[in-house]
Amino acid sequence: MNEILPLVFFVVMGIAVLAYVVLDGYDLGVGMLMPAATEDEQSIMVASIGPFWDANETWLVLGVGVLLSAFPHAHGIVLGALYMPVVAMLVGLMLRGVAFELRMKAHGWHRGLWNWLFWVGSFSASFFQGTMLGYYITGFESGVGYFLFSLMVGASLCGGYVLLGATWLIYKTEGALRAKALAWARWGLLWVALGVALVSLATPAVSATVREKWFDFPRTLWLMLLPAATVAIGARLWFLTRALEKSNAGRDLMPYGLAVAIFTLAFLGLAYSLYPYVVIDRMTIWQAATHPSGLKVLFIGAVIVLPFIVGYTILSYRIFGGKVRERLYD
Amino acid sequence: MDDPVLLARAQFGLNIGFHIMFPALTIALAWFLVGFRVAYQRTRDKRWLATYKLWLKVFALSFAMGVVSGITMSFQFGTNWPNFMNKVGAIAGPLLAYEVLTAFFLEATFLGIMLFGMNRVPDWVHVVSTFFVAGGTTLSAFWILALNSWMQTPTGQVLDGTQWIAADWLQVIFTPSFPYRMTHMLIASGLTASFVIVGLSAWRLLRAASDESAARTLRAGLLVAAILAPVQLFVGDQHGLNTLEHQPAKIASMEALWHTTREMPLVLIAIPNEAERRNDYAIEIPYAGSLILKHSIEGEVKGVEAFEPDRPPVAPLFFAFRVMVGLGMLMIALSWYGSWATRKGRSAPRWLLWAFSAATFSGWIATLSGWLVTEIGRQPWLVTGILRTKDAAGEATGAQLGSSLTFYLLTYAGLFVAYMVVLTHMAGKGAES
Repeated sequence: MNEILPLVFFVVMGIAVLAYVVLDGYDLGVGMLMPAATEDEQSIMVASIGPFWDANETWLVLGVGVLLSAFPHAHGIVLGALYMPVVAMLVGLMLRGVAFELRMKAHGWHRGLWNWLFWVGSFSASFFQGTMLGYYITGFESGVGYFLFSLMVGASLCGGYVLLGATWLIYKTEGALRAKALAWARWGLLWVALGVALVSLATPAVSATVREKWFDFPRTLWLMLLPAATVAIGARLWFLTRALEKSNAGRDLMPYGLAVAIFTLAFLGLAYSLYPYVVIDRMTIWQAATHPSGLKVLFIGAVIVLPFIVGYTILSYRIFGGKVRERLYD
Repeated sequence: MDDPVLLARAQFGLNIGFHIMFPALTIALAWFLVGFRVAYQRTRDKRWLATYKLWLKVFALSFAMGVVSGITMSFQFGTNWPNFMNKVGAIAGPLLAYEVLTAFFLEATFLGIMLFGMNRVPDWVHVVSTFFVAGGTTLSAFWILALNSWMQTPTGQVLDGTQWIAADWLQVIFTPSFPYRMTHMLIASGLTASFVIVGLSAWRLLRAASDESAARTLRAGLLVAAILAPVQLFVGDQHGLNTLEHQPAKIASMEALWHTTREMPLVLIAIPNEAERRNDYAIEIPYAGSLILKHSIEGEVKGVEAFEPDRPPVAPLFFAFRVMVGLGMLMIALSWYGSWATRKGRSAPRWLLWAFSAATFSGWIATLSGWLVTEIGRQPWLVTGILRTKDAAGEATGAQLGSSLTFYLLTYAGLFVAYMVVLTHMAGKGAES
């Protein structure tokens, strides 16, 4: 039991982070796409994420909460090393969340200001999450190369969130805005393809540990299924957005589903690269884990409560399912 | 200001101080919303619905402020106090995780239904959602106060190697100070929300004397405050006696009692003099200190000298405590007189409405002062007797802390101004327009 529990929480943390990325990713993406829409469309876009953004962000708190409570020895190292990008990301999230509330209550140039801050917040939160990831994969090494690498991951994650946001809008909107979203999704997809390709090539180059794990024949052949599947899904998504321009046959949720699949595959690849480390080359899952007594209590709580969370999250998505037609606050 | 521990404390204190203002309001405001929502359900009076919608907007905005500043805190545990988690992570971690699991998702999800779901779900689901959000905020307070109380008066833990772990979770959660702190904080939230409601309703009435919704929320807020304020006086006294038993150094500093004394006077106001270990310009009531703390004129109370060097600074505790108690007395006076002045549908005179408006944030200031007393009063410990604050700090440099502190300060200042502008604007417009 003492051997398995840390692994269980590593998986729980992974699921929380993945849930955060695909859920808050779409609302951050919608935030980044705001300047490309008309004022009327912006109201619809904001309404499409209104009931969800708050709960979406809570997955980040759960991810960090598991890191904090199940892997306390890694929490300090990881967040200490990522100090400045974390601060920048948090300020971004703050601006985004508060601007979301305030823009609805503002008029005239005030609304313009909050719209702008909403965009800045969404963009900087996404970008700095990416740079955090970049530094994390490379084990917090410093140097010009690593710095450029983390900027690249930051830019790629923005592209990924734009893809999620655009596909979300395909699902939630109609008419001219949906047509725009289809085009945005293709832009996002190109951006993601470029980003994923560069990151996939650069990661083995900057990290020996990752290189050894991926380039070890014949295992490499099996592992190549992962990028192959990613490419196939990407292609499917590309042609689907073309097809959806002509039809409206109730498949509007599918682009978002495919985007989530791309993220899941990238995430699995990343998890494989890292395992069994929490802090790459420095601290394994078991070294970072808290005392078994703490893990047991956490486990009981998670087993009892997580099904409820999943249940009422699904309930909320059912209540607010389908196309957005009304504005917020009546 | 290049001492990393001091900067880490300043930064964390700024953050938690900014954060606590919003839960302090939303915990009880959520229960007011339950009241407004149920009143609408029972009477079908559209004015209750308008009232509910107005205060729901205030709630949503305050809640968002609380969420974004709270997320920051979950990161700062690691960045500012890494050794806190290394040493007591097996106790603090699960308590924090239980808060996320049982409260945060519940609040965030059902708030979405509260805000946007009224036309999409049956009435009873909407009422239940409002109830869940209120339950979630209270549950959140439960876990965070359990952790804080454990840090103040730890029980139920054992040392295993270099880590403290829970030997008995019930003892860890229900420490001696927990029931007092929990009650004190919930009532503090009730008073904070009441006075925000009273103050903003008065602000509206000053602009539109005939606004019936505002007159009604004014009376509701006054009634709740008039009941809670004297109860808080009693609970606060009990909390103080509990602190005297478990953290006597904190009480000595709060009362600026430098030397162990029988027949202790109550220092009403003075300027504590750290260097000379005495009070300058003191105004005192003879015997009252012993009477309050020991319920006997002869009772001996230990002074600051008895706890050297492990004791908190005197002046901040002394003043913050007096601000809190002073505001508490003011709240009793205002709520009682206000309830009497508005009895049987009478409208309050304009000068009283101005007084209410001025007291809008009295609950906030009192709550913040109370937290300053209890948190600074725990120094030099982070966890009393177990972990010193200076041993919990991490490797973040003065430059990192300083620059991020500036960054946070600017952000918070901007957000706070925006929040205040919007809050007064919404309140000034009222519920029905």
